Amino acid sequence: MPDPAVLLEGVTKRFPGVVANDQVNLRVESGEIHALCGENGAGKSTLMKILYGMQKADEGRMVVNGAEVDFDSPTEAIDAGIGMVHQHFMLADNFTVLENIILGAEPATNGVIDFDEARDHIQSVGREYGLDVHPDELVEHLEVGERQRVEIIKVLFRGAKILILDEPTAVLVPQEVEELFRNMRGLKEEGHTIIFIDHKLDEVLEIADTITVLRRGKTVATVKPEDVTAHDLAELMVGEDLPVPETSASTVTDEVVLRVRDLDVEGSDTEVALDVSDLTVHAGEIVGIAGVEGNGQAELVETILGIRHPVAGSVELLGDDITSGSVRSRREAGIGYIPEDRHRRGLLLDAPLWENAMLGHQSMNPFVKNGWWIDPEAARKATEDIIERFDVRTPGTDVPAHALSGGNQQKLIVGRELSAESRVLIAAHPTRGIDVGAQAAVWEELRSARRAGKGIILISADLEELIGLSDRLHVMLRGSLVAELDPNDVTPRELGAYMTGAKEAV
Amino acid sequence: MSKDRWLALAPPIASLVFAFVVSSIVLAISGANPFVAFGNVFEYGVRLNTLVETINWSTPLYLSGVAVAIGFRMNLFNIGVEGQYVLAAFIAAQVGSQLDLPPVLHVSAIILTAMLIGALWAGLSGWMKVTRNVHEVISTIMLNSIAVGGVVSYLLGVWDVPDDTSLDTALAPIPESGWFPDLNFLVGGNTRSDLWGFVLVAVVVGVAYHYLINRTRLGYDLRASGANASAAEASGVDPKRTVVMAMVLSGLVAGLVGLPELLGDSHTYSLRFTQGLGFAGIAVALIGRNHAAGIAVGALLFGWLSRASGILEVRGDAPREIVAIIQGVIILSVVIAYSIAERYRRIEAAKAAAAAIGEER
Ligand SMILES: Nc1ncnc2c1ncn2[C@@H]1O[C@H](COP(=O)(O)OP(=O)(O)OP(=O)(O)O)[C@@H](O)[C@H]1O
Ligand SMILES: [Mg+2]
Repeated sequence: MPDPAVLLEGVTKRFPGVVANDQVNLRVESGEIHALCGENGAGKSTLMKILYGMQKADEGRMVVNGAEVDFDSPTEAIDAGIGMVHQHFMLADNFTVLENIILGAEPATNGVIDFDEARDHIQSVGREYGLDVHPDELVEHLEVGERQRVEIIKVLFRGAKILILDEPTAVLVPQEVEELFRNMRGLKEEGHTIIFIDHKLDEVLEIADTITVLRRGKTVATVKPEDVTAHDLAELMVGEDLPVPETSASTVTDEVVLRVRDLDVEGSDTEVALDVSDLTVHAGEIVGIAGVEGNGQAELVETILGIRHPVAGSVELLGDDITSGSVRSRREAGIGYIPEDRHRRGLLLDAPLWENAMLGHQSMNPFVKNGWWIDPEAARKATEDIIERFDVRTPGTDVPAHALSGGNQQKLIVGRELSAESRVLIAAHPTRGIDVGAQAAVWEELRSARRAGKGIILISADLEELIGLSDRLHVMLRGSLVAELDPNDVTPRELGAYMTGAKEAV
Repeated sequence: MSKDRWLALAPPIASLVFAFVVSSIVLAISGANPFVAFGNVFEYGVRLNTLVETINWSTPLYLSGVAVAIGFRMNLFNIGVEGQYVLAAFIAAQVGSQLDLPPVLHVSAIILTAMLIGALWAGLSGWMKVTRNVHEVISTIMLNSIAVGGVVSYLLGVWDVPDDTSLDTALAPIPESGWFPDLNFLVGGNTRSDLWGFVLVAVVVGVAYHYLINRTRLGYDLRASGANASAAEASGVDPKRTVVMAMVLSGLVAGLVGLPELLGDSHTYSLRFTQGLGFAGIAVALIGRNHAAGIAVGALLFGWLSRASGILEVRGDAPREIVAIIQGVIILSVVIAYSIAERYRRIEAAKAAAAAIGEER
């Protein structure tokens, strides 16, 4: 039997207040697709960062292709043929795709970067693996799916044979996931080894050759997909059964909480122009918006929030025209917001959790004292409530947000927005990166917010989540709402067809 | 002393020691005996009069450090404190010399004028940033040149100084009603230098800065913008307004930087008026890590070094420029030492966690 591509033995890593990895063993065969599963904070990202040389294990040994290694930096891991695409992308926003890809590995003749060669090379790498990117586009203008392709090409560009993908599907819609899986299979055929992390168990079962489950920092099982069901996996991970999103009896009232009318927002090369004639949300209603990412969802959300300004049309909140109101005035009037990208819009990573728990609500009760002052004690209290209610795994309220695992950061944001007294909640991918156990809890919280009379706009790449939770569904395509569907009689497959424009509203 | 306290204090102390070692080497190379030289500096440095001067000169350094730190807190690099305070002191001196008011009002009017000018000059950079997208580093450097150059050429032009005379040209002096009272009674009243009362204003500014940044809504918004502009925007912080606000606040404090000297000693603006305090403030803010108390430590340190070092020249040990080297080394080593301490703190915390878990088993 050939040497395994990666062998980790007894790897232990401690952080202040937590043991992220506790004597973890992992064996990844050469040329296989190996899935790493486990609840939020189980230590998956940490383990992969250790393998990639970003963090140093406190104990344990690592063997790559039969040779014992000890990486002090990612550069050394890259030299050993390992590449990683992070859970939170690490591209320089104000650089082009091309510049990002070659950053740190610039092909140069006589010290001058050879951009043309790089461009050719990138396009050939892209073509070879069916990864389509535009080399001269600025990264800040890319959608997440595109950013991910850039990250993958970047890793391949450096000659990686072992690829680590941390939650690659979390940001993708089903069609994109299929495409990613095609790419992954292609890479496997070329002889690459892939380790990927995923919370969606059916995806794991579909693509993985081997699955390793982590729980509270320990390896609990390594299984073959043939031998297990999604239920078994869920049990291994969290000791619970697999939840399904389902709406309970309708609580929709006829009180309109949010209404967007005849909206016309200008686009640019990189931003989708909006043309939305009518979007209405009632109290007690969840309105789902389905769509391939990059069809104007972000622009729509930003217009409702007041970050972006329409050329024509109106946004009404509880009957008041707020079209010209500031972001703050809208948030104070009762708009809550779970952003699609938690690091970009949702968190102050270096600030303590209690400061994060008031972000977006810093001008409102209970965080304000006597008008001008903030109230740290009230904020700590509120943070504790969120931690308790949403099961955020953290050593305390004063640790910085970056010390939390991705899923726990997400739970903090979801908790913050769901515990606030808003009337309208814009929830973009609320369960993104959250493990199956916590997902059920978030769904339940969304339902109870709906029961309490909030109006919710739900944007999600998870079609089952959309269908299961929504009272009404809109399909967004190229900046417009092109179809309105009843979630009770649409299948994910049909919905997917509407989303790509293959099927049109009658 | 607790371990945490140690980790907070160790970096500045270590860098101080390191800076003295490096400076000793430099002194030795330049032919002086470092032990004698530093011995003289310390002996002179603890004299009451030197300490009074240290406080006097730490005051503007502190104000300058706070002005810079306000910008830093939201990722604005206000290099323009220099120009802001020079222009503010100059105009305040001019205004002060023309006014005829009772003491408290007179001083207040001068202070307000200076703050207003500082805020305007800094606000201009903020305004250029939000409306024209001019980076504040560029605009503040330009505005520094305009302010400093403008003031100097005005002074030279008005008096039309012939090249060979002394350059000590000045505006009309501020009458005594516009002087800030001294605090000489605190030090027995018989030191050669006055203890400038303006230090009290600096204390007030420091306390206000601390509470403003850490406890007010405005401070929270500023910090949020500095930490993550996109997230702050989504949370309801108006990015443009906040940039202008931060620059204006920074300028308000910057306007005060020249006043300890103006109101406590010179009572006029002349070509001998101290310059460079704005740039020194950047270093002081860096050493103090933008914390109100930390900036005070940095300001006192730099203030003391600049005063106590005068003796080097007097005794002929070394040129006082050696102090510039010490300050440079301190800045560099402080930055490095802080990052080492941060790593060490993480390792220690991890060990503590491991120990706690070991006990559980
Ligand atoms: N830099 C850090 N400082 C302190 N603690 C950390 C740090 N990084 C991770 N941790 C902690 O280590 C544990 C494991 O985190 P990790 O990111 O590996 O989880 P994960 O399995 O990737 O979870 P998720 O599915 O939520 O992404 C968590 O409890 C987290 O809080
Ligand atoms: Mg993770």
